[in-house]
Formats: sequence, C-alpha cells, structure tokens
Amino acid sequence: MRSKVEVNADQALKVIDLSTTQLIKKFDTDFTQEVIEYASKFFENVENVKSCIQCATCTGSCPSGRETAWRVRKLIRQIQLGLKNAAIRNDVLWDCTTCYTCQERCPRLIPITDIVRAVRNIAVRNGFMLPRHVQVAGLMIKHGHAVPINDEVKAVRKEIGLSELPPTVHSYPDALGEVKKLLDETGFTKLVEEASKGVQK
Amino acid sequence: MSKYAYFLGCLTPNRYPGIEAATIDLLRMFDIELDYMKGTSCCPAPGVFGSFDLETWLTVAARNISIAEEMGRDITLTCNGCFATLQEADHMLKGNRELVKLINNHLSKVGRQYKGTVNVVHVIEILYNEIGPEKIRDRVVQPLDGIKVACHYGCHFLKPSSVRQKGNPENPTMLEELVEAVGATPVEYKDKKMCCGAGGGVRAGKIDVALEMTRKKLDAMIEAGADCITTPCVFCQFQFDQGQTEINNKLGVEKYKVPVVFITQLIGLALGISPRRMGLHRHRIPVKPVLDKIFH
Ligand code: SF4
Ligand code: SF4
Repeated sequence: MRSKVEVNADQALKVIDLSTTQLIKKFDTDFTQEVIEYASKFFENVENVKSCIQCATCTGSCPSGRETAWRVRKLIRQIQLGLKNAAIRNDVLWDCTTCYTCQERCPRLIPITDIVRAVRNIAVRNGFMLPRHVQVAGLMIKHGHAVPINDEVKAVRKEIGLSELPPTVHSYPDALGEVKKLLDETGFTKLVEEASKGVQK
Repeated sequence: MSKYAYFLGCLTPNRYPGIEAATIDLLRMFDIELDYMKGTSCCPAPGVFGSFDLETWLTVAARNISIAEEMGRDITLTCNGCFATLQEADHMLKGNRELVKLINNHLSKVGRQYKGTVNVVHVIEILYNEIGPEKIRDRVVQPLDGIKVACHYGCHFLKPSSVRQKGNPENPTMLEELVEAVGATPVEYKDKKMCCGAGGGVRAGKIDVALEMTRKKLDAMIEAGADCITTPCVFCQFQFDQGQTEINNKLGVEKYKVPVVFITQLIGLALGISPRRMGLHRHRIPVKPVLDKIFH
C-alpha cells in the first residue's frame, strides 16, 4: 500500500510518498546498529528493538508521558529508522524516570528502559547533557557522593547518636582517592568536561 | 546471629540519618547486626550515572561491592536506587565474563577486584523474609492503631523483574503486610504503583516534571485519607518529604503536608524505638500529627 508519510528526519520535515517498508530501507540504519551494539554490551535482548509493532503499550503505561511530551514509543521508532539526531538532541529524552513499567509490559519483550539509558549515554558522548546533570556529575567527581553531607545533617547525625561524618568516602580520603582515580580511568571526568562545553559532534 | 554489610549510599547518611539509626536499632532487636561498609561512595545512582555512562556506573558499583566481598558479608541497604545499582551490577557481572574482565581491569588500577562472592538484599527482604510479619507483631509494644498508611514501593525494588527475580511487580503485598503487623491500616489509592517522579535523573535534571508526578500521587493519597506515607526507599522518601515543601512553595499553598515515615522508622515506632533517635523530628514535613495520634 502506498501512503503519504510525514517524517521528521533530523531537522528537515520531509513528506515522502513511499510505503513504510521502502521508508525503513531509505533511512540510514547506522544509528540502529549503534544503539544495538552499545546497549548489548550491558543488556540482553536489545536486538528485539527491531520487532517493535508500535502498539503503544509502553507510552500508555508511561507516568512521565502523562506530564510531558516524552513518547517512548517514538524513541523506539526513531531507533528503527536511524533518526539519531531526532533521538539524542531532544531534551524530552531526559523526562523518563526509568520506572521500567514500559519494559515490564512490552509484548515484544523489548528492554525499553535499558535502551533509554543506552541512548542517553550516546547523547552524552555527543555533547548533549542537561546543565543540572553536569552539576550532579561534578558533585560525584568532587565528593564521591551525588548528594554530599552538609552542616545541618552533620548536626542531626551527632544529635541522634551517630558519627558526625558517615563512614563513607566522607570519612576516608584514601577511598575518595580511589573513586576519583576510577572516574578518570573510565574517562568519565573527561566525558563530563566535554559535555559541559556543549561539544556537539 | 546474622550479619550484613550495610551500604549507606548518599541520601540515607547525608539527608535522613534517622533511617540509618532506625534500621540498625530495629534489626539488632532481631539479632541481625549491620556492619558499615567503610569507604563506600555513591552507588552510583542508576538512572543518573547509568544514563551518563554505563561503564563508569558499573565500575564504581563493582568497587562498592568489592568492599562487602572483603568483609565476607551480603549487602543490605535502605534505598531502591542503591538496590537497583548494586543488585543489577552484580547480576550483570555474574552473567558476563567479558564485562567482568573490562571492569576488573579498571579496578586493578586501585588495587581492587570484583569476585562475585556476595549477594545484595534489600532491607525490606530482611524484614519480610528473614524476620517476617509474625515475629514483628510479637514484639509490638505500641500498636499503631488507627493510623492509615499509604504504601509506596518505589519502582526499583521489583523492576525490572527479569533482573530482580522477585516475582510479579504488578501487585506486591509485602509492605502492606508489614504495616498491618504493627497495627496500622494500609489504604488503597489511585496509581499506587506509579513512580514518585524523582528517578532517572528527572529530579536532578527537571525538577518541575518530577514534582508534578509527585503531586498527582499525593493528591490520591490525601483523597484516600492517609495519615502518613511509608516507603522502603530513601530517595522516594526525600521526594515526598522535601518535595511537598517544594510543591507548597511553588504553588503558594499549604495543602501538602503528609508525613513520610520510612518502613524501618514506622516499625521502629511500634517496637519502642524513640522517635528522636530515628530523627523523625528533623523531617521536612512534621511527623508530629502521626506521633500525637499514636501516643495520645
Ligand atoms: S510496547 Fe513494545 S512493541 Fe509496543 S510500541 Fe512499545 S516498544 Fe513497541
Ligand atoms: S521507564 Fe521511562 S519510558 Fe518507560 S514507562 Fe517509565 S518513565 Fe515511561
């Protein structure tokens, strides 16, 4: 069947007179492969992403989608079609709370939430990171805690009979040194630095 | 006596130390000793650091696990985020030699190694499986009669079920059974299993989105007549407790003031642990109305 399909290909909105199958062929599937390969390093069944039938069970289950423009089904479609920029250059990608409801319910057993995390990794590597996330990453790099202690809570700890500083990296400078070294070693410190400059490859 | 390595994470020791005290004291009443894991860092948060770089997330998680391996003890914790990270990292590494090689190569630079010799157990599993509601009921000195509790499980205790392997996440009853064991009444409310809104870096990155989701849940809890919220996740606790003050400020209202009491704090109240030791007086939303009802 021939139909008029509107596709938001990267920036340009094109109207293409093609069947869906022809359409899929027409798109650059490098991104499809990139996502599958990257995510498969960590997660199982990622290649199921190819078998999405756009049933919308995921989006229908999504608590974030109730409040925002985030449509997880659309991300899966963008992956199938290789629409990398549309997927990673959009802030809505960061509206998913990773609640896993969609992943639990997908009839095609697509590890949707795992894929969301992998696509976000790819976004960060391409210089797309929310400013507030850069700050949180900075706290981790500096303190080894995403939420470090403060004076108010130090006082509460003492008041209720606990040590003023918890026995975490807060109390052990050598341990903090280990964490910092690991963050350098994996390239995380540099990754965040680059992303914070808004490097957009 | 059984012993666990207690993984503190960030929010428990650095925002809700009362949860740390309550959990240690409560488990000790049942001859379960919690030994601190010294020199641990952020788990790191699964939806935040897992979204930035999975390899880093896994490496730092494996370092934390290696500390418990040195202690020779299974890990327990009081945060679904920490649970998600450490349990999933352990699950991934136990099933994937390639990943272990990659991660241990990083860890060797700081003289550490992941071996895969311990398990990660959520504190609610200790309460429900190891101790059990019956034994808890036997130790109640101050029944929480008439207290209506909205149970909030949080997302990452049961999901993804393929990794957690704790059965169907759609209709759990552990929290409700524990709440009933101390004489309180769990209330049903709309969208009970829905996310609090904080996870996945949404609180960190887009606080207004997070708070809107939180508000929807709060409206449902208030409508159901809840006297307080209970949860096994310190991050959800933070989102409900701190979040209510943020929502009130944002909207210019005072409507959102449902006290939030962690599951070990709630059981602790019934078993005679002092509210002060459990830091209840330092919660953002005053817990006093609940205490007044219990100790009238
Ligand atoms: S639930 Fe699964 S198959 Fe259905 S649209 Fe979502 S990803 Fe595709
Ligand atoms: S994991 Fe993300 S995309 Fe899936 S239902 Fe939850 S918020 Fe929506």
